[in-house]
Amino acid sequence: MMNEQESKLLDILAGRFNGQVTVFAGEETLVLPVDEIAPAAQAFHDEFGFDLLSSLTTVDYGPEVDPRFHMVYRFTSIAGHLSLNVRVPVPGLSPEVPTLENVYHNANWNERESFDLFGIKFSGHSDLRRILMPQDWEGHPLRKDYPLGYEEPQFTFNYDEIDVRKPYAYRRGGK
Amino acid sequence: MSQIEEVTLDGMSHLVSDRALKGETMLLNMGPQHPSTHGVLRLLLELDGETVVNAIPDIGFLHTGIEKNMEAKTYQKAEVMTDRMDYLNTTGNNLAYCLAIEKLVGLDVPERAQTLRVLLAELQRLASHLVWLGTSALDLAAMSDFMYCFREREMIMDIYELISGQRMMTTYIRPGGVWRDVPVEFETAVRELLKIMPRRIDEYESLLTKNPLFIDRTAGIGKISAEDAVNWGLTGACLRGSGVYYDIRKFAPYSGYEQYDFEVPLRTEGDVRARYLVRVAEMRQSVRIIQQALDKLPMGPVRSSNYKFVPPPRSEIGTSMEALIHHFKLWTEGFNAPAGSVYVAVESPKGEQGVFLEGNGGPKPWRIHFRNPSFDNLQALPVLAKGFLVADLVAIIGSIDIVLGDVDR
Repeated sequence: MMNEQESKLLDILAGRFNGQVTVFAGEETLVLPVDEIAPAAQAFHDEFGFDLLSSLTTVDYGPEVDPRFHMVYRFTSIAGHLSLNVRVPVPGLSPEVPTLENVYHNANWNERESFDLFGIKFSGHSDLRRILMPQDWEGHPLRKDYPLGYEEPQFTFNYDEIDVRKPYAYRRGGK
Repeated sequence: MSQIEEVTLDGMSHLVSDRALKGETMLLNMGPQHPSTHGVLRLLLELDGETVVNAIPDIGFLHTGIEKNMEAKTYQKAEVMTDRMDYLNTTGNNLAYCLAIEKLVGLDVPERAQTLRVLLAELQRLASHLVWLGTSALDLAAMSDFMYCFREREMIMDIYELISGQRMMTTYIRPGGVWRDVPVEFETAVRELLKIMPRRIDEYESLLTKNPLFIDRTAGIGKISAEDAVNWGLTGACLRGSGVYYDIRKFAPYSGYEQYDFEVPLRTEGDVRARYLVRVAEMRQSVRIIQQALDKLPMGPVRSSNYKFVPPPRSEIGTSMEALIHHFKLWTEGFNAPAGSVYVAVESPKGEQGVFLEGNGGPKPWRIHFRNPSFDNLQALPVLAKGFLVADLVAIIGSIDIVLGDVDR
């Protein structure tokens, strides 16, 4: 829930780490540039008392959108009774994000999950292997251009639209 | 184990110590079909004699792509998949998912449904803790507790069958309320359970709490400090066993938990025994909450009357054109949720069950992520197990209370 103390803290953090604050459904989110997340997380942990990394995940907006991926973090301060949503848009075709593993240990598996299912590279990660899918799996299943276990049916009205998303379209070098 | 297979270290040699590479310590597979791993968990153990030097969990055997599958279904139809994650806490998963949808679209929930939700979430907590107590005691060779716990769990399963027709995968909690009102027999069945439960919990405790063998196997085993526990993302009883006061029901109350009078049990030892004592105390608190919820259960509707999101009652469909249109629209197209994301957390029996839900204006979730407590709790296993014996490892896994469906999704 949004309250005055939380809003004030967010403004301070936004000013310090070059971020912006967005509001949706009563939840405030701090949007940070990708090169600020590592120092910001360190400061959240050491200075602002956010001792628990509640959640870490990725959202894919599809290959047409840039930045395509957003990292979504949620930090919790147990003693301070506060929660902090952070969103980091990750630009580029080979997305790379600094790891938070050294600050929050449980980022280790959560980042492996994002690597496995979205193909985000976490620079500095100690053990960046697949975690849920088999080690020899190809592709990243939660990406929007990864079909759900079957091929999308093509009809005359959307033939071209779906054709560019087929695996062979990539092998041919895109459309 | 009938035979010991040779362990290969493909891609994992950086996780074991140098001594393992020289052959000074032993590498051993535990699982994925080991009865004490509570499902299909594989552990790669590095052993020095009987001491655990490293324990490397290998998960994903139960990965079914629930998050991906839900993206292809409408909000209502995707709900059945949440039951299949933590199959001991089905109602709790439904609740977390429904709260996320309600927050996303701004849907109200009537008072009776709120109370029923709390009541059922606590019944489920009781049932989940009974399975945990039974199986983790069984791991330590206490056979009778297992039988007693499953006897009472059966009563709770019967209550679920009574209200929803299903014992486990109930999908009883729906966006905007619950599926339908409870039958008249419900109150009697719950009162019956409430009457016997405090005595039965005493009975389980009389077999374990002061049993010297049980104390030997649990006290001082699998210790973790409060600071480490938070940093490793432990939540639920594992965190409260280390003395950290963090319970979502108090931290960010949902479904009207602030109206109930209950305590959050805490222990400071941080070992297997502390986690055991916290959970047993939690069972007593759950009984208290169920009692209060049942006493105050108000009369009234059990579903929101906002028919843009909630299907109208069957009886209206025959007489009202509008109700028929709503019904048709909801079950073919579904409802549209705005573009934006929310995070909602509930206190599941295992810890913080979070749901990150993002809509894009359409009828299907654009992205849904479950922050499942077992996933983060299991991650701390290497820290908990380091330096203890293989036999203790079994006690430690039992004390984390993992459900592999919850870990792998």
